[in-house]
Amino acid sequence: MPFLFDESSSPSFRSRNQNCLLLHLFCCSRPMKILVAVKRVVDYAVKIRVKPDKTGVETQNVKMSMNPFCEIALEEALRIKEAGFAKEVIAVSIGPSQCVDTLRTGLAMGADRGIHVETNSIFLPLTIAKILKSLADVENPGLIFLGKQAIDDDCNQTGQMVAALLGWPQATFASKVVLDKDKNVATVDREVDGGLETLNVDLPAVITTDLRLNQPRYASLPNIMKAKSKPIKKMTVQDLKVDIKSDIEILEVTEPPKRKSGVMVSSVDELIDKLKNEAHVV
Amino acid sequence: MHRFLVKLSSSSSPFSNQLRSLKNQRLILPLLPSSKPFTSSSVSPPPSPLNASNRFGYPYSADLFRNLSPLNPNSRILGVNGITSSRCISSEAVRESIEYDVLIVGAGPAGLSAAIRLKQLSQEKNIDLSVCVVEKGAEVGGHIISGNVFEPLALDELLPHWRQEHAPIEIPASSDKFWFLTKDRAFSLPSPFDNKGNYVISLSQLVRWLGGKAEELGTEIYPGFSASEVLFDASDKVVGIATKDMGISKDGSKKENFQPGVDIKGRVTLFAEGCRGSLSERIIKKYKLREEVNAQHQTYALGIKEVWEIDESKHNPGEVIHTLGWPLDPKTYGGSFLYHMNDRQVALGLVVALNYHNPFLNPYEEFQKLKHHPAIKGILEGGTVLQYGARTLNEGGFQSIPYPVFPGGAIIGCSAGFLNVPKIKGTHTAMKSGMLAAEAAFGALHEGLNMNTYWDNLRDSWVWKELYAARNYRPAFEYGLLPGLAISAMEHYVLKGKVPFTLKHGKADHEATDLARKWTPIVYPKPDGVLSFDVPTSLYRSNTNHDHDQPSHLRLRDPKIPEKVNFPEYAAPESRYCPARVYE
Repeated sequence: MPFLFDESSSPSFRSRNQNCLLLHLFCCSRPMKILVAVKRVVDYAVKIRVKPDKTGVETQNVKMSMNPFCEIALEEALRIKEAGFAKEVIAVSIGPSQCVDTLRTGLAMGADRGIHVETNSIFLPLTIAKILKSLADVENPGLIFLGKQAIDDDCNQTGQMVAALLGWPQATFASKVVLDKDKNVATVDREVDGGLETLNVDLPAVITTDLRLNQPRYASLPNIMKAKSKPIKKMTVQDLKVDIKSDIEILEVTEPPKRKSGVMVSSVDELIDKLKNEAHVV
Repeated sequence: MHRFLVKLSSSSSPFSNQLRSLKNQRLILPLLPSSKPFTSSSVSPPPSPLNASNRFGYPYSADLFRNLSPLNPNSRILGVNGITSSRCISSEAVRESIEYDVLIVGAGPAGLSAAIRLKQLSQEKNIDLSVCVVEKGAEVGGHIISGNVFEPLALDELLPHWRQEHAPIEIPASSDKFWFLTKDRAFSLPSPFDNKGNYVISLSQLVRWLGGKAEELGTEIYPGFSASEVLFDASDKVVGIATKDMGISKDGSKKENFQPGVDIKGRVTLFAEGCRGSLSERIIKKYKLREEVNAQHQTYALGIKEVWEIDESKHNPGEVIHTLGWPLDPKTYGGSFLYHMNDRQVALGLVVALNYHNPFLNPYEEFQKLKHHPAIKGILEGGTVLQYGARTLNEGGFQSIPYPVFPGGAIIGCSAGFLNVPKIKGTHTAMKSGMLAAEAAFGALHEGLNMNTYWDNLRDSWVWKELYAARNYRPAFEYGLLPGLAISAMEHYVLKGKVPFTLKHGKADHEATDLARKWTPIVYPKPDGVLSFDVPTSLYRSNTNHDHDQPSHLRLRDPKIPEKVNFPEYAAPESRYCPARVYE
């Protein structure tokens, strides 16, 4: 299969591709799709505050953008496609109508099409995982990429749950992904507490991405313009026949208590006294 | 990198068809061999049918390109018809080029009003126009900061049904208070402002709404793209702008996510960058637009603002308070504002004119002092700060308006300078200037008229009358605070601008700074963390965040000047005048 450059890629991608597994560059045994889940969250630079009614964080008139880990996931999927291992990258987002903006950013980065599952409810990871499973059943991707966690809830659960529901292997906190198309295996370096762990996972698999995996590309202006004509399919939860009943109810959201300033003590005895009688930790 | 010429037709469906057909034809031009360094002579015009002239007859003569001298890495040769050589010379220096009928730089009130007006005219007259707005902020409204008590005069003309269209204009101004502050007291004075019929708003929310309206009408808005250079053709006419390269590291080398900028061309280019817009300033200088109408230099003020959420009991939506006097000394022009918005929020700020004499003055610290005044403290106590920001504004008014038309386009909004200083309102005049420029541009593109009609219409409009009547207030303060107040009172109650003379501005702001040895350093109180804060805390609330690995945003023309002049003679005023402390 001839290696076609995407018009928007810069020559530096060529060298990056050379670092990936190029041994089987021109061999595509089965045209693979990659599904990437992207979440629309409060922008990482915004100083958040809790709504006065304590039902959640203020999101009105606040800048929203794609979750940074989801950007990394999408970038990795695009690089795999550019290396010739996949034929299509599909971006999926679940949420209100403004998720379309997030999907357009994804399309501008290079995804081929988008799927928007529209809902105004806040879904917790298990429901999202069920929705992604339904989509995977329809689309049959060879890989599902997600960010390791969303910066708004920091759950770090969705990728793992999707893998479990599908019965697929998972490689989470990926800091390096290398595909072997012949053997249908991905070799993933994972960032774990003790260091780095390398796993081989058979495809199809779920991979969640960590910070050091890659640097996401900027969407160039011509690509943003082209993205407007790329299709975004709208679906509802009913279409996918997913049970959205949640087992968890958020009761209250409050700011963490303000940190009290430190107290200087004059002697060890005073320290022990305070630890025992004031802080009750001894 | 190949060169990819895209012709954009004005309605979206033909565009997507065109693009699809382009893709099918695989119109990819031959890759430049990477071994050859890029020189203008080695690139010949691409053999593509897109080259001749576009749908609207905009001439594209490739032979204008032939005679450029060989490139030298340190010079920047402004390109012709799509080839702009960027600072880094490599085989990828050929940039993509996109054309529109009208290009607007800046999605603020002026820029968006111009876009909306253009689209309205094209709908009325059934003539398609492609309009593109580039905005440096990551989202529309992201770089907008203003008091703001909004006068809906221009909006009534632009979108008469705004009240029914969920515009974020909800709180009518309910009272106008004017206080003269001394260190401990506040004296109520008769208010020179009459804000009846005006609204207390968040301008960034209004701009976001205007952006939505502009997009509904078919404008293409691209946030996150800053215009870094103006593009000229061989006859020195402005043909568009070039966006910045992205993904450059601190030392100037390209990172792995490097993305070259793009050339965006317009048959008419409107600059709506706001006060002291970088490209607008270059244009004004290049075409000598101030000299052309004998305008004076522009003078500026620095506005520093915080948004607080206060106690319900102290909140009075629509209340408008302005103060004069303390903490500024009688020789420094400026004052503060406190506007009650909705949701228990108030906007509080201090505006300091930048022609102050004392080089030890620190506008940020003066603002922190202001918050401790008993009258202000009473309102803020028990509240929390939500946001912080600062921005310069124009104070030149009528005397400083340059000739706003240049070959290839015009300047609108605060980049030209239509702020009404005594009213401290510039939004309505900026919007109107955008609308007038849009009408002139439409005439220029479709009726063969000249862009100069913008200037003529400006002078026939209420903007001109308003600014003319307001012209003598600010210059009167050159004589001091009390004479200034006296003259202002005369102007306001008696003369109303109908005098035959026009007072002139004093020295340019930078010339007014006095030598350090004539003044003593001001000792500012330490921030208490409840009402007043240090700069890093405030900066955190401004939601500015820069990637570490980025070239510095500040480039000094002569890095020796801070050592040779600023420090010895003025005691390094840059360490005090920036409310973000960027000069260290």
